[in-house]
Amino acid sequence: MLETTWFLLWGILWAVYFILDGFDLGMGTIMPFISRNETDRRTIYNAAGPFWDGNEVWLVTAGGVTFAAFPAAYATLFSAMYSALFLLLFALILRGVSFEFRSKVDSAAWRSIWDVCHVVGSFAPALLLGVAFANIFRGIPIDANGVNQEGLLQLLNPYGLAGGVLFVIMFVLHGAIWLGIKSHGELHDRAVSLATKAWPVLMLWAVTFVVYTAVETKLLANYIQNPLLLVILIGAVAGMIAIRPALGHGHLWRAFAASATGIAGTTLFGVVGMYPRLLPSSLNDAWSMTIQNSASSPLTLKIMLTVALVMVPVVILYQLWVFKTFSHKITKDDLDYEEAY
Amino acid sequence: MDALFLSRLQFAAATMFHFIFVPLTLGLSILVALMETRYVSTGNDIYKRMAKFWGKLFLINFALGVVTGITLEFQFGTNWSRYSTYVGDIFGSLLAIEATVAFFLESTFIAVWVFGWDRISPKLHLMAIWLVAIASNLSGLWILLANGFMQNPVGYTLRGGRAELADFMDVVTNPFGWMQFFHVIPGALIVAGFFIMGISAWHLLRKSHPEFFRKSFAFGMYAALIFSVFTAFEGHIHGNEVALLQPAKLAAMEAHWETTDNAPMYLFQIPDEANEENLVEMFPIPGLLSILAYNDPSATVKGLKDFPKEDRPPVTITFLAFRAMVGLGSLFIALSALAWLVRNRLEDYPLLLKALVWCIPLPYLAHQAGWIVAEVGRQPWIVYNLMRTSDAVSPITAQQVGFSLAALTGMYLLLGAADIFLLFKYARKGPQ
Repeated sequence: MLETTWFLLWGILWAVYFILDGFDLGMGTIMPFISRNETDRRTIYNAAGPFWDGNEVWLVTAGGVTFAAFPAAYATLFSAMYSALFLLLFALILRGVSFEFRSKVDSAAWRSIWDVCHVVGSFAPALLLGVAFANIFRGIPIDANGVNQEGLLQLLNPYGLAGGVLFVIMFVLHGAIWLGIKSHGELHDRAVSLATKAWPVLMLWAVTFVVYTAVETKLLANYIQNPLLLVILIGAVAGMIAIRPALGHGHLWRAFAASATGIAGTTLFGVVGMYPRLLPSSLNDAWSMTIQNSASSPLTLKIMLTVALVMVPVVILYQLWVFKTFSHKITKDDLDYEEAY
Repeated sequence: MDALFLSRLQFAAATMFHFIFVPLTLGLSILVALMETRYVSTGNDIYKRMAKFWGKLFLINFALGVVTGITLEFQFGTNWSRYSTYVGDIFGSLLAIEATVAFFLESTFIAVWVFGWDRISPKLHLMAIWLVAIASNLSGLWILLANGFMQNPVGYTLRGGRAELADFMDVVTNPFGWMQFFHVIPGALIVAGFFIMGISAWHLLRKSHPEFFRKSFAFGMYAALIFSVFTAFEGHIHGNEVALLQPAKLAAMEAHWETTDNAPMYLFQIPDEANEENLVEMFPIPGLLSILAYNDPSATVKGLKDFPKEDRPPVTITFLAFRAMVGLGSLFIALSALAWLVRNRLEDYPLLLKALVWCIPLPYLAHQAGWIVAEVGRQPWIVYNLMRTSDAVSPITAQQVGFSLAALTGMYLLLGAADIFLLFKYARKGPQ
């Protein structure tokens, strides 16, 4: 029961991370296509400004919880995806410093260096996280000793890439909606129009991905056994569909919530499909890392659960307060503010 | 070069680079919070300008501290997966708790502080910087408790080929972790103190914003003076702890080869590791090593030769790092005491001011040296007396690690250069 609780929390932590960092990674990805001038770019940076750091801590927590609750799975996963993880890390580092460094020197060349870092550092994590999760859904070649020697190129298989593209599209749409919320004028209109154009692409790709998943993975077994769980898939699809009317009516917060539901549903659809496996083995199911064979001791799980039940609601409360305090549209005053990026 | 050697090199590079930024973040967050407290309680605008000026330098430094920290968490899984499986039950949970109770707070409220000057009330804004300062240092506590477990494993039982948590209270009250906490955090305030003193001195020499920098200087000077004295005393107690729990490390710190009673300390010594002796031993102070280790001039101090060769840490590195740390620590007491003596007539002592500018990097070096003593001195163990570093490495290829190490080093060098360039630029520019 403890293991199952932590498995669900683990899935939820990743889902929350994708929802939160998803919008700023998405905004970074679309920056070169949607910005016409320096003001547009600064608006984009400042639309993510007060949030990106707090968002990224959900990744640190998701990683930390994997380490703490399922150490054997953490060890296998992180060493198995060695090169991919380092690429992800380098991308996130470059993106993180681009926020702080870009505005600090008044030179076009300096700014464009950090813009490149920002765009690559936003696109690459979106793609790599999708590739990683699709590969986990499908299974990675874990042998009897829990060792896997898969290189980066094996991760970039067609199904893995399909997952990567799905994440990129989801995040792009999510980021465009957020930019619509935070900006006004032409940039706002371009962001909403981009989101509207990205929507049919997302729907098409999501359907393709579900079909591909049915063919390529064993994820659906749990759903066939317990059809009630299909609620998650239905929720994901319903969330994605609901984006369009909300955009059409100009209800951007509603569109954002719908998009968040789509992202959470997609993540949890895969996670629940794997249960009780955390890392299915593609070689032999007996070698999979499951919640039983990779979990920490009951005492650790209990203590961590206590910490999580007390602290996570507090974190959510103060992060919501921050979102409320800084949800206003970016204006010229904000860009003239001395601490603005 | 094998995956083990390269992984050790990579871990050393990643931690040492991360730890260039962390001490200033820990110390400066507290000092900036104190400056802003002065502003809110007195209403004097100069303190607001001080919080903003030092806060800007804090932020430039903070960014690199955060992003390089993520590398470390990942590396336990990527490069030290066997270690992660073995102690994840305890070590992993401490990292997870750190993220949940401290890192979230720090990362969320730093943004509130940066973007909130005109959006929230001064009191709420002051609360934001205090939350950042408390959370950063709380982060440090959890990380040091995790490191404390590697230094002095407690509260565990061995079951099913791994260390399982047996007593959480033992882990969070581990005296070794707390000793490190009370050594590292005051050390961070020394870094911040010398940072502020040095930059203020530079401006005072040029007579730019004299009132602003005299007031700033005082913050730095008091922090440096109080905490360099504190750290020295605490270091002595910490040394007692090391003598008790990690006798091989203590012997390596002093290049002490033979087990002796009434062991002397030599003011000048050159260790010769290959021949298990010291090439030079000059100016002995009788009994001082026994006092340092056990507070008793006649106590027996175990020598390195009484440890099996495969259980000894690298002696020369540990010895030199320890000497560097202690030597620098003594210098910090002297310099900050000198600054305190002439605090009202600073501009009459240009030589001292010039020296303080050049001293900015020294507390950083002391920190790095301290960590070398702690980590290299613990070798060959990754978890003291429980797991060897050589058994902890991931089943990965040397080629994979080679690539990541090269990329990491290259990127860190460039980012470090950019960061130092920006710190210089904004430090010289002075307040608005």
